[in-house]
Amino acid sequence: MRTAALLIAVLALAAAPLAADARDDAKKQVEFGISVAQRGLWREAIYRWERATQIDPTYAAAHNNLAIAYEHEGDLAKARAAYEKALELEPGNALIKQNYELFKEINDRTTR
Amino acid sequence: MIARRVSLLASVGAALVVVACTNSFEIPIETPIRPKLDVAAFQRVLVAGFIAGGTEDVDGNLETTRLLRSQLRTKSELRVIDSDVLPLQDVANEGRNGDSGGGGGAAAAPALAPIKEQKDLEAYEHVFANVEYWKRIGEEYQQPLIVTGTVLFTPLQRNQIVQREQEVYDSFGRRRVVPVRTYQERKGFSLDGRFIFIDGRSGATLHSESFNEQILYNANQTTPALSSYFELMDRLIPSFLSTLSSQKIKGTRILLQ
Repeated sequence: MRTAALLIAVLALAAAPLAADARDDAKKQVEFGISVAQRGLWREAIYRWERATQIDPTYAAAHNNLAIAYEHEGDLAKARAAYEKALELEPGNALIKQNYELFKEINDRTTR
Repeated sequence: MIARRVSLLASVGAALVVVACTNSFEIPIETPIRPKLDVAAFQRVLVAGFIAGGTEDVDGNLETTRLLRSQLRTKSELRVIDSDVLPLQDVANEGRNGDSGGGGGAAAAPALAPIKEQKDLEAYEHVFANVEYWKRIGEEYQQPLIVTGTVLFTPLQRNQIVQREQEVYDSFGRRRVVPVRTYQERKGFSLDGRFIFIDGRSGATLHSESFNEQILYNANQTTPALSSYFELMDRLIPSFLSTLSSQKIKGTRILLQ
């Protein structure tokens, strides 16, 4: 029993830096994605943000940015899924909510 | 003590704002919207006219036809046909007489009632299903895409409880927004109807979409009916255009780090 608890504690301690590493790696992809999106290179930005969400699937900002890029490319179904994932991860994030509301306004217009 | 707490809260708030600002970036985007209708087979569009009713201050048939033609001219790739606006109400009346088979000495069907409300429109709707009529119009104009439909522009009056938000500050100087309900008499207009898209080659309906928009003002505000009509049509135009041609909707979003 004591050994099992010790093992769990060791694994948890080992996993924490791994998670932090994943977030750091994902953050680099997100930052690079932002810089290329600001220069209008949206395809490259999508690649970077998709990589970020693969590296760290719990990174809400990456999903939010990906949703914006999909929206810009006219892929509204993927944009909705990405916004919803971002909000699932950070339900209280006002900026993601605001982006999603603006997206829904356009999406509703097309399906009206 | 209270002052220190307020200043601490303010500085934390300010810090949060700075953090939020450095971790978010506003970016302009253009969302492309694919057309709802495949119009590749058409090079020309005929906005034929509308069955219109409601207030007499606005000629719904003429104004809608004129507005849609001018929008299509600038925002679609289809060539807009300039022609007289079809008097569809008369066509609907004649159609009924034809259907009644009133040849010989039989009396013609009485003219349809003027359109004042939604249910009055129903008696005219049969004209849109008259495939032969639209096929004939199509042949006359070299088989374009035909746009027609119904427009009902009616005055509106409502006495209602209106909820508005009011800022209040508590003893700590904290701002809160609270809903306040007030009773108001409001006047305005309602715009209801349907855009119908007809294949000028076959006379068949390709697509139709209904709309309903309302605008209300404070009772003491006098807004001309025509201004309200254009304001309401302005809301419908993006949806109308997105049926026929791809559109790009400009906006801004917030990228996060």
